[in-house]
Amino acid sequence: MAEELSYQRHGLFQTFFGWFGRKGLEFLERMYFIYHLILDSLYWTFVAPVIGKGLRVGSSFDEMVKVGVNAIPIVVLISFSIGLILAMQSAYQLEQFGATIFTADLVAVAQTRELGPLMTAIIVAGRSGSGIAAEIGTMKVGEEIEALQSMGFNPIKFLVVPKLLALAIMLPCLTVISDFVGIAGGFSIAVFSLDLGFARYLNRTILALVFKDMITGLIKSGVFAILIGLTGCYMGFMVEGGAEGVGRRTTQSVVVSIFLIILADAFFTSLFYYLW
Amino acid sequence: MDSGQKTENIIRVENLAVAYGDRIVLDDVNLQVRRGETMVIVGGSGCGKSTLLRHMIGLHRPESGRIYIKGRDITSLDEEKLSEILRKVGVVFQSSALFNSISVGDNVALPLREHTRLEESTIQIMTKIKLDMVGLSGYEEYMPSELSGGMRKRAAFARAISMDPEILYCDEPSAGLDPIVAAGLDQLILKLKKALKMTIVVVTHEMASMYTIADRVIMLHGGKVIFSGTLEEFKNCSHERVRQFIERRPEEYGEDEIGRYARALTSNSF
Repeated sequence: MAEELSYQRHGLFQTFFGWFGRKGLEFLERMYFIYHLILDSLYWTFVAPVIGKGLRVGSSFDEMVKVGVNAIPIVVLISFSIGLILAMQSAYQLEQFGATIFTADLVAVAQTRELGPLMTAIIVAGRSGSGIAAEIGTMKVGEEIEALQSMGFNPIKFLVVPKLLALAIMLPCLTVISDFVGIAGGFSIAVFSLDLGFARYLNRTILALVFKDMITGLIKSGVFAILIGLTGCYMGFMVEGGAEGVGRRTTQSVVVSIFLIILADAFFTSLFYYLW
Repeated sequence: MDSGQKTENIIRVENLAVAYGDRIVLDDVNLQVRRGETMVIVGGSGCGKSTLLRHMIGLHRPESGRIYIKGRDITSLDEEKLSEILRKVGVVFQSSALFNSISVGDNVALPLREHTRLEESTIQIMTKIKLDMVGLSGYEEYMPSELSGGMRKRAAFARAISMDPEILYCDEPSAGLDPIVAAGLDQLILKLKKALKMTIVVVTHEMASMYTIADRVIMLHGGKVIFSGTLEEFKNCSHERVRQFIERRPEEYGEDEIGRYARALTSNSF
């Protein structure tokens, strides 16, 4: 009803530009918040520990267990399945040319360059990105963030940095696990179903892989980790209005981080493809 | 510092103004809190009292005006200096705001662990003493979610006093609690004040609670201070809003206002 009244009072143009202006300001405010989030995170990760303001090492390790170690079973399960699928699908195509042995190349390269980092990032975004948003959001709703501030603690140092550090360290580690398990998945299909022979397949895999495949994959997963962490934290801090707000922002954090992961993936893959 | 200086203003708010967009929340608020007294800030919902408290803790920076704690202007301090001052300030939030992921004992010990270099054994003892003071001895290992609302409030008091603050802020201490528990908290505030010689600022709209704990009262209405004085003066104040508040009279709506509202409703729906 308030909207209707302002429309009647001010006319269409003013309402339109008013809306535009408000949305624009809101957008700028959010950009400013993200800018600060990034800047403060960098400060509390790299500058503050050096000048003696400390880093919360203990809770960083706790977070590493939560986002990393606890994610190993699901990462292994999914990566192994991806390896199986990849091997079967590529064998299906390569059979036509009598080149089934190149399944090894396809699985190894696809897993290390693309699917390992991507699938791991998506799993972690679903597991931990949402968890981060929900945790910070619930804390915000319960005045816990303000309690932290009122005790003279910096929320970025306390909440954001341990999570970002844990993600940045553990996501590449998980990706390495995923790479190996994925290749092992391809292996099991090749050896037990395609009769390619263990030694032959292994040899082919080693020939196919170059150092660059692994490195580009790991660089990407590092970037994905930061995106997942920042998105989760941002969504957490944006929570307003109780449990419903937490739910909405948690969902958004997963959707947005997967979107950003794919976007960054496209960017870095093209970068590595054309420039390296 | 100097015990002879009984009338020193430990908190001073000068010309504080806050607005969210077009809505003015606080308008030229001035107040002083003397060392060692209990100041109660009262007012109806939405009068800006919580906003005032948030600014007095330094959670928000005001658009204009100054807030001094122990003579230092907290509106112009950088984060580090502010953090130093806040170590001597305890806050009990409306929703208790205990950290739900750690135990009650860890909640109380957290400020000590982060801000001091005390031995862990000393911290354990201090935590126990603080919990004893609020009547929660033996609850160190409990998680906040396992406590009742009143006990959570008490735990929040224990955490707020863990650094032996000079100033204690309480936001609606009795909100959402039954009268018996709320009265217990009032007694707790009195006891803590006596034991720790703190300056206490309480935001509330509970008249009973105010009568029990207040030395001086400030009343806010529409973002302005409409009354400031002792409890006695408050009881005898003739200001219309103050009387309405004390006598619990509802807002009076004019006949024509209701009629206009009804007409607006009916004309819109057809």
